[in-house]
Amino acid sequence: MELRSHIPDGPLAAKWERHRSEVKLVNPANKLKHHILVVGSGLAGASAAASLAELGYRVSCFCFQDSPRRAHSIAAQGGINAAKNYQNDGDSVFRLFYDTIKGGDFRAREANVYRLAEVSARIIDQCTAQGVPFAREYGGLLANRSFGGVQVSRTFYARGQTGQQLLLGAYQALSRQVGIGTVQMHARHEMLDLVVIDGRARGIIVRDLVTGAVSAHAGDAVVLATGGYSNVYYLSTNAKGCNVTAIWRAHKRGATFANPCFTQIHPTCIPQTGPHQSKLTLMSESLRNDGRIWVPKKKGDTRPPHQIPEEERDYYLERLYPSYGNLAPRDIASRRAKEVCDEGRGVGPGGHGVYLDFRDAIARLGRGVIAERYGNLFEMYQRITGEDPFQGPMRIYPAPHYTMGGLWVDYNLMTTIDGLYAIGEANFSDHGANRLGASALMQGLADGYFILPYTVGDYLAQAKPAKVDPEHPAFRQVRGEVGEQVRRLLAASGRKTADAFHRELGRVMWDKCGMSRNATGLKQALGRIGALRDEFWKDVYVGGKGEELNQSLEHAGRVADFFEFAELMCHDALHREESCGCHFREEYQTPEGEAQRDDERFGYVAAWEFAGAGKEPVLHKESLVFEAVHLAQRSYK
Amino acid sequence: MRVTLHVWRQPGPAHAGVFVRYDMTDVSPDMSFLEMLDVLNQQLLARKDDPIAFDHDCREGICGACGMVINGRPHGPQRATTTCQLHMRSFADGAELWIEPWRARAFPVIKDLVVDRGAFDRIVQSGGFITARTGSAPEANTLLVPKRDADLAMDAAACIGCGACVAACPNASAMLFVAAKVSHLALLPQGQPERATRVVSMVAQMDAEGFGACTNHGECMAACPKDISIDFIVQLNRDYWKAATSRKAQAVSKDGGDS
Repeated sequence: MELRSHIPDGPLAAKWERHRSEVKLVNPANKLKHHILVVGSGLAGASAAASLAELGYRVSCFCFQDSPRRAHSIAAQGGINAAKNYQNDGDSVFRLFYDTIKGGDFRAREANVYRLAEVSARIIDQCTAQGVPFAREYGGLLANRSFGGVQVSRTFYARGQTGQQLLLGAYQALSRQVGIGTVQMHARHEMLDLVVIDGRARGIIVRDLVTGAVSAHAGDAVVLATGGYSNVYYLSTNAKGCNVTAIWRAHKRGATFANPCFTQIHPTCIPQTGPHQSKLTLMSESLRNDGRIWVPKKKGDTRPPHQIPEEERDYYLERLYPSYGNLAPRDIASRRAKEVCDEGRGVGPGGHGVYLDFRDAIARLGRGVIAERYGNLFEMYQRITGEDPFQGPMRIYPAPHYTMGGLWVDYNLMTTIDGLYAIGEANFSDHGANRLGASALMQGLADGYFILPYTVGDYLAQAKPAKVDPEHPAFRQVRGEVGEQVRRLLAASGRKTADAFHRELGRVMWDKCGMSRNATGLKQALGRIGALRDEFWKDVYVGGKGEELNQSLEHAGRVADFFEFAELMCHDALHREESCGCHFREEYQTPEGEAQRDDERFGYVAAWEFAGAGKEPVLHKESLVFEAVHLAQRSYK
Repeated sequence: MRVTLHVWRQPGPAHAGVFVRYDMTDVSPDMSFLEMLDVLNQQLLARKDDPIAFDHDCREGICGACGMVINGRPHGPQRATTTCQLHMRSFADGAELWIEPWRARAFPVIKDLVVDRGAFDRIVQSGGFITARTGSAPEANTLLVPKRDADLAMDAAACIGCGACVAACPNASAMLFVAAKVSHLALLPQGQPERATRVVSMVAQMDAEGFGACTNHGECMAACPKDISIDFIVQLNRDYWKAATSRKAQAVSKDGGDS
């Protein structure tokens, strides 16, 4: 297999414009003949489905939630970046591009990231036109805030609910198309497999989560906008339903999976309270604008925070990174938090926490300003912990949050299967080894509104896929395989629930393939995952029937896929003998404890091919060529 | 702590439902309400009983998936809090809790505590949007929006579409939900061109879905996890009557909406 990235020729800044002018177009009358399947209805999926339908394609959109408005993009709090330079602080397309490449520790593809920065400004225009109520200044202009890892103020936001408002904008655009009849919406439907005919993606198999019916849907192109896989850790900030199933099944059908070990652990989450914990809650990174992070200087200091005098506090991010301070990028902020906790200086139950303190900001700006900026976040913190952050500091701890890895895609966002696209968090392309804050929303919408609608047309115009019937033998076969897996899960009559297995898998992944990794641990993890997976198939109990709403069955199917996927993640982490961004291999660090990259050996995207059940995955490399940026050791000091 | 639960169990839309009693011990006050149900479901599975079906996803109070009536109150006793954000420390040790699905004709029960809220999606599809084709938007700062208007629009736009307002209303009215969307868009300059057609279409769809009428009980606002004000219903009514009696709306009723 050859990885062809299809990056257009020409200077970096002219590539997209040129490509856009050169892509093949589908005649307006012919668009109606093409049927596109979009799986997922988050920012990427909803914006793509709406935009494709506006162009005249017939679109079917699928989501497992009861409404497309509930996709997990809704939970993004902080904001969305755009190179508008509204603050006159020196921002530009190039600077956003550079910050993103550098923030990703030079493991992303230059051309894709440049394009992302280029279209970012139009996203704000589009969302404003839809009525997204972005925060405004008194003069009526759009307001901005700053975010981790950058020194300009380019983040647009809608209180602490930016993801919600952007998603509702996309959902409303999608709803308009559903109302007109150009999009067929299938809520409470989960994609369980991909159908490939003659090397092209031609359809999907879905299960109706209410009736349990397994059905086939045929189309001319399939777009996976199914989000990330942080739930491989069981505890993460993702919604409970987020899963790897759609992209994993596509991987097993021939789509290579890129950089699966690049997973982001977000620094500002609410610590766990006990073994019943079902998920973790993120507190927006924007809190780091005004909150100061610290731990006691002394180990095992159990005094309440207000009794610890100033000189006995260690504001470790400000000390280690004087120019970025509390706004150091996520990977660094997380790792340093783990480090001080591992030293025994963590606070709260079990010592798994650091303080995020607003005392100084409240004194400087007043309670009113802080309430205006972060009111809903403070309330959320109080609801969950029962503590009031106006009275004392918050306690935070890192948690899995976002996955930079995903299906490998070329410049057109097409995977290694013709006609199969991956957009948003489901692909790997833009964030390298670490994503900067407020970039996920930008990427999801860039892919869905402004990139995919062009590139899908290019494919359809050239490939001219023939009509295919869902009764084609290939569909029948895959539908049979899906039905067989459902039957197998229901037939297992063991003693443990899928949830219990998922927790065990999560613990292994967090311990061995989490914030820091080493070869010994990863090898142990590989052994343990294999054993757990065998045990899963022998000893799981699902219960209920296939022909009904069966949430236990849904979960079991997702856990089964996480087990297979987790192995790939560990393989990838083991093979990458360097540290970069969120991938921190303990063996490879600078004397100051920063990530030590090895550009000579690992300046590539690792794209893994599925070689069959129980076989070692096959590695393909896409070399990363940097023309516009100079590779440097990241410094936020 | 210990709690006694009476949970509505209903195998499917065509079956009758009953309350089933479960006694829970060793409940941690730090558990969320849904985590407490998770624990119960694990226990039910361990004895090969059918677990309780309930909708949930983000567990951060923003996706709007979760929602159940707890002791007669949608989302339970804590003000402005979704079920997933409710914690067991809100209840006394030994509390007795009656847990039911949203009850409204327009929200048929699918199973146990899961209901079909597709009616909300269809109301939005009928007109709850601004038509802004991708690619056609002007530069964002060419349009000035006074901060006050933007803030008020955001207050309305904060609705998560959970349906608690319908469950709380003695008439099972969806007025607060519809009013929130109508107001969000009507408060912004971008929303003006479709303002009249939008409100007429959305109200027509709301009626067609079988939601009841608003008789100013105010229960919706009390139950709303996002504190959406019934002032927006005033805005909805004003917009509706203005539109319904104008020439524009007659054009709407003739061609059936979005023209």
